[in-house]
Amino acid sequence: MSTDNKPIVDPHTGTQTTGHVWDDIQELNTPLPRWWVWLFYATIVWSVGYWIVYPTWPLISSYTGGVFEWRSRNAIVEDLAALKARRGDNMAKLAAATPEQIIANPEMLAFARAVAKPVFAENCAPCHGAGGAGAKGYPNLNDDDWLWGGKLADIQQTILHGARSTDDKGHQGSMPAFGRDNMLKKEEIAAVADYARSLSGLPVEAGANLAAGQKLFADNCAACHGDDGKGNRELGAPNLTDKIWLYGSDKATIVEGITNGRGGVMPAWQERLDDVTVKALTVYVHTFGGGEK
Amino acid sequence: MKMTASADPSTAEQTAEPVVGASGPAADTHARIKHIGIKPVDYDAEHAPLYAPQRKVYQQSVSGTFRRIKWILLVITLGIYYFLPFVRWDRGPDAPSQAVLIDFPSRRFYFFFIEIWPQEVYYITGLLIIAALALFLMNALAGRVWCGYLCWQTVWTDLFFATERFFEGDRREQMRAATSGWTPRRVVRKVAKHITWLTIAWWTGGAWVLYFADAPTLVRELATGEAPFIAYASIGLLTFTTYIAAGFMREQICIYMCPWPRIQAALTDEHALNVTYRYDRGEPRMSVKKAAAARARGEPAGDCVDCDQCVVVCPVGIDIRRGLQLECIQCGLCIDACDATMKKLGREPRLIAYDTDINVHRREDHAPIKFRIVRTRTVIYAALIATVGLIMLYALMTRHDMGLKAIHDRNPIAVQLADGGIRNGYSIHLLNKQRETRDFVLTVEGMTDARLEVIGAERMEGGAPVITVGHDQTRDVRVLVTGHQPMDPNGSLPLTFQIRDARTGQTARTVDTFRAP
Repeated sequence: MSTDNKPIVDPHTGTQTTGHVWDDIQELNTPLPRWWVWLFYATIVWSVGYWIVYPTWPLISSYTGGVFEWRSRNAIVEDLAALKARRGDNMAKLAAATPEQIIANPEMLAFARAVAKPVFAENCAPCHGAGGAGAKGYPNLNDDDWLWGGKLADIQQTILHGARSTDDKGHQGSMPAFGRDNMLKKEEIAAVADYARSLSGLPVEAGANLAAGQKLFADNCAACHGDDGKGNRELGAPNLTDKIWLYGSDKATIVEGITNGRGGVMPAWQERLDDVTVKALTVYVHTFGGGEK
Repeated sequence: MKMTASADPSTAEQTAEPVVGASGPAADTHARIKHIGIKPVDYDAEHAPLYAPQRKVYQQSVSGTFRRIKWILLVITLGIYYFLPFVRWDRGPDAPSQAVLIDFPSRRFYFFFIEIWPQEVYYITGLLIIAALALFLMNALAGRVWCGYLCWQTVWTDLFFATERFFEGDRREQMRAATSGWTPRRVVRKVAKHITWLTIAWWTGGAWVLYFADAPTLVRELATGEAPFIAYASIGLLTFTTYIAAGFMREQICIYMCPWPRIQAALTDEHALNVTYRYDRGEPRMSVKKAAAARARGEPAGDCVDCDQCVVVCPVGIDIRRGLQLECIQCGLCIDACDATMKKLGREPRLIAYDTDINVHRREDHAPIKFRIVRTRTVIYAALIATVGLIMLYALMTRHDMGLKAIHDRNPIAVQLADGGIRNGYSIHLLNKQRETRDFVLTVEGMTDARLEVIGAERMEGGAPVITVGHDQTRDVRVLVTGHQPMDPNGSLPLTFQIRDARTGQTARTVDTFRAP
């Protein structure tokens, strides 16, 4: 730029330059179109509209609400109402059908599973896992081993009233603490644990006294778990002869269970979820794959 | 606007000098400013304005070869745009009978015999690639063919210019009226013009929405006020944009908004044909009399008589004789205008023509001119267009009307069963693109003792579950595969799911894995 501030004019185009030169290339100072600056002013004017229409300015204890009283919270309420209205017909069909009828009808089945999926994620997944895979002490809902029964009616009953819950209709019955309450001695517990492992074909430690274990089992455990160890769903006593172990199949875990007892709690959901949702959830859990006919 | 220019960069080195401060008498400060080489200047008087006003282009009517080509293309392109939605195409009783339809509610795109589902949107990608390559090829052959003849901005602006001339008269009449104040006649002509513009613009928006719903039904609904709000809103928006873009923005869109002139300038080469003023023949320009005198004296005289006809017919208001310019859309109207003048003067036409600067120079050097249509880039563009076109054609010809996709359960990946067996869960997505309901028999291969169960399957056929999928629909089913063969922990087996049309025997397959817990 020359010191007298005279603009430099590019001889080829007749356009003034900015005075900047890079590798002998001059930058032309081409003016912007006038309408462009008008558009810029128009956007500023437009922005004033937001002050009028939407909540904008904070006041001492409140804020300017805007002429339409628009609130994001109200928008959510409206969206939820719209969703409910859209689901209305299908929800009425679910309400009128039994879980068996829902599974038999492809459209109702798809709808029930879609309704139940987020409900399961919100309410059940914290204990049973996102896909119902369970964890130690929390049953896997995908397998074919059920503590309280795997038919549709059983599942529905368990969801509504829970297990060892505060609900009077909930499942009751828990594993006593044979060791802590001095019903069995340590070596007796070890013998029963070895016997319990042998029931499902698991290897037992060398020198284990299975005969003593069997005798102790018949005296102490068979009342709930059955003479053959196949369990009792009325009491939530697990089948000890299968491959599925809620807490684990190693001897230490079994000894711990016999010593201190077991009794995981499933809450009753009828207070929090409506009947139709529970019905959908029943179908959803049943169709994980382990549901019994 | 008055402002003080910033200091010369060279003064930045004078750090020893006291910096101009806020303290001290004004006169003293002024003296110091002078001392370090800064002086206040009248910015407005010496510098170009920051913002340039739009120069209104009064386009003069013209006739000739290129004008005729432009009229024909205008009628064809607008005809396609306005009437294509009304073309019918029979697809059977349960399908729309509109030849070209974008059916958003049903998520289908219909184009004559082609029906595209959302997951086949890659066809659109292919179309866009071909469109881009076609643009590049046009550019390599003859510059901005798209801009000059086919672009909607050009076509609609052309129509609006013609409407303007119809009501307000040709260039001279319009310019005279603009300087002679408002008369009732001028008001009437202007009102008539704007009503016609708005009608064309409204029709433009109206035709647009017809591509998204059954056209005859929507026309009736629009007329009786029963059409959905979005239809009226879309028409309103497109009416507004068409009216503004073709009536007022015009060349401003091409010069300032459109990216193509910039891209085009980067893609073009010296062999591409462009609308070119043949200055070898035209210069030095002078009147017919002076030219005759000059030639009598044996001095050079060009064919250009400086009649400015090429300038007054230009829709973007430039002078083609200044050479290839970013503003030039290469519509060829200046060629027609110049040819008319040359014809009147009995001189050779095509003083302005599709040509290259190379040829201009070659003629100056008395070398033979040459046109290189077949060049590396034109061959590559053409080959790419052919390749993409063939790939798309192949994809269309071999398009399956049934299909399945399997998604393995992520949680749990595998389930241990009470009897020692292992079970895996899958979501299987079935597609039936035919116009009739079909029964698919699902089977699985890859395991010796796999037991397949489909939750909600209609029936079993020979031990395999049968799933019914409605016409032109998809269905998701939950599929359980149970096996008892021994597997390593975390091991996996490859599985293949197959569906077979129970009636035709047609099959489709997909692969997945069977995992151990």
